Amino acid sequence: MPQGDYIELHRKRHGYRLDHFERKRKKEAREVHKRSERAQKALGIKGKQIAKKNYAEKALMKKTLAMHEESTSRRKVDDQVHEGAVPAYLLDRENTARAKILSNAIKQKRKEKAGKWEVPLPKVRPVAEDEMFKVIRTGKRKTKQWKRMVTKVTFVGAGFTRKPPKYERFIRPSGLRFTKAHVTHPELKCTFNLEIIGVKKNPNGPMYSSLGVITKGTIIEVNVSELGLVTPAGKVVWGKYAQVTNNPENDGCINAVLLV
Amino acid sequence: MEVESPVNNVMCQFADREGTPLGAPLYLPQTTAPQQLQQIVNKLLNNEEKLPYAFYISDQELVVPLEVYLQKNKVSVEKVLSIVYQPQAVFRIRPVNRCSATIAGHAEAVLSVAFSPDGRHLASGSGDTTVRLWDLNTQTPMFTCTGHKNWVLCIAWSPDGKHLVSGSKAGEIICWDPESGKPSGNPYVGHKKWITGISWEPLHLNAPCRRFVSASKDGDARIWDIMLRKCVICLSGHTLAITCVKWGGDGIIYTGSQDCTIKMWETSQGKLIRELKGHGHWVNSLALSTEYVLRTGAFDHTGKMYSSPEEMKKVALERYNKMKGNSPERLVSGSDDFTMFLWEPAVSKHPKTRMTGHQQLVNHVYFSPDGQWLASASFDKSVKLWNGVTGKFVAAFRGHVGPVYQISWSADSRLLLSGSKDSTLKVWDIRTQKLKQDLPGHADEVYAVDWSPDGEKVASGGKDRVLKLWMG
Repeated sequence: MPQGDYIELHRKRHGYRLDHFERKRKKEAREVHKRSERAQKALGIKGKQIAKKNYAEKALMKKTLAMHEESTSRRKVDDQVHEGAVPAYLLDRENTARAKILSNAIKQKRKEKAGKWEVPLPKVRPVAEDEMFKVIRTGKRKTKQWKRMVTKVTFVGAGFTRKPPKYERFIRPSGLRFTKAHVTHPELKCTFNLEIIGVKKNPNGPMYSSLGVITKGTIIEVNVSELGLVTPAGKVVWGKYAQVTNNPENDGCINAVLLV
Repeated sequence: MEVESPVNNVMCQFADREGTPLGAPLYLPQTTAPQQLQQIVNKLLNNEEKLPYAFYISDQELVVPLEVYLQKNKVSVEKVLSIVYQPQAVFRIRPVNRCSATIAGHAEAVLSVAFSPDGRHLASGSGDTTVRLWDLNTQTPMFTCTGHKNWVLCIAWSPDGKHLVSGSKAGEIICWDPESGKPSGNPYVGHKKWITGISWEPLHLNAPCRRFVSASKDGDARIWDIMLRKCVICLSGHTLAITCVKWGGDGIIYTGSQDCTIKMWETSQGKLIRELKGHGHWVNSLALSTEYVLRTGAFDHTGKMYSSPEEMKKVALERYNKMKGNSPERLVSGSDDFTMFLWEPAVSKHPKTRMTGHQQLVNHVYFSPDGQWLASASFDKSVKLWNGVTGKFVAAFRGHVGPVYQISWSADSRLLLSGSKDSTLKVWDIRTQKLKQDLPGHADEVYAVDWSPDGEKVASGGKDRVLKLWMG
């Protein structure tokens, strides 16, 4: 028979000691004092352990209290009228694509022609020709110097076919070709990775525009069909202009701002 | 029929849209064109005045003489040809094609527009917490009704045109007097969340109009009495938000809810009669085959006015019975599970047909005023047309480049209007099943459209905060 069971058996037969419950109560009442004494006296690692345990207990208790408090306290009702009213049938629909959907009212600003060419970067540093192009010496004796390699980022359309290399005057290195740009919508402050359709204008000259060179300040045309913009006539807007804001040849990516 | 007629004959049997045969099968010469068929049907039905009819053979409209049709479709002339005749509206509504007015005034998006049943008033509810009443003759604002605490989500005219109620996002309902633009009493409070739909008791059951039912996001529908100015019955039982409520012509309330069920309630004590189950996702929209006639009450295209409520009630009942015929009321429900169900709730709790075809959720369903057609607007950018009796697919109207939010029928059931997120309205011709008119002009999403019951005007409102009136 295990030791502890004898007391059970005894209690079953004869009942508790007459002072059992009083002793128990007193022991429990003294326990807190004992613990406090130990906590005050303990030094070193023991002290730290006790302090940590007590802290955790207290934090838990406070949290529980706060939780119960909340259920009884009255909260202020949010009865403010919010912006952006939607009809009842759209109220429960979570609008995940909301950031993607650009307000057409914003787009209406485009109609104000005065601001059309007011681009975010009005002035750009002129790029000299010897910075833009690297001269490539050709010929058996490497004496001919009519071939150039573009040292900046370029956009080459999907339908481009090379001329025979012998007659190709400008080389656009494939490592510096880009097809996508990170375009930020200025009003919505959100950025999309959009396909480039073409280079509209390079501020350094029409030759660079036709070559598709993209430097800081270049206006590019991007494919915004996935943004879901609609014209007032109800057609999907396909291409829109954006201005490049970084030096793509240094950064390895194209960042641009949408012109609205 | 002469025996020695040189033309070939074909045995024809006329039937109405429910399939009840009209008279005995007839031998008709194959040269018979729809005009002659019309005369025959008018004769067979003993119509005093000649009514226009359209004829359908196996769900295709007959526009050519029988002979041409038989040859083209290679139909055997030895069988009895079943021709379904459909009465057409005696009046014709001109399609709208221009914007007659753009009225600014609301300071936030326009969320709902509604013409009064007699077509003489127009009201709109907006996100700027006001309801506005507009003067249709001068196309200017008439009254601005302030009183709501939050966005006005839905508005509804009583079928006698004497009251307008509006429900807001804060859950209160206000009843307005359209003549003065003043609220008639305090707001009705009781709903804990926003109001999703309001429907009035049909005029032929009770005149003058007293009771209406409102549905709310909190899962309850409440019947209110504007004479007693309080909530009479609270219909609770749905476990999720109620999205749509309709008060049927037989005095039964239908509620569709996000808990995927449709419940039918009796209106004297608010008992649940039946529960229609079948949808796999939220029920978004309900429509009754008699909805248009319930909405317009006693008013029809002639613009006749009635002096006493009793007279109105009588006329409304007459119109309702004529519209309903002897078939039970049909209910259609559009859902988030991309399908629709056609029910005959008075007959059975099982759906009559399941209508599939949409690739996105169905946002709005609407029966044509004559109950013959059924149109559904979906977020898959299309509007689909279905047979209103059998639920068979008829045509898809494609052309919108954004989700279609709302649709509205012209009173003669020949034209359908749709408003979309792509900022346009489009008018579709039911007969040719093609785009009739494209109405660009809104600068942003179109949230609400309504075609006036007299057919003169169309009103639309949207996110660009203006109300546009369109005319033919």
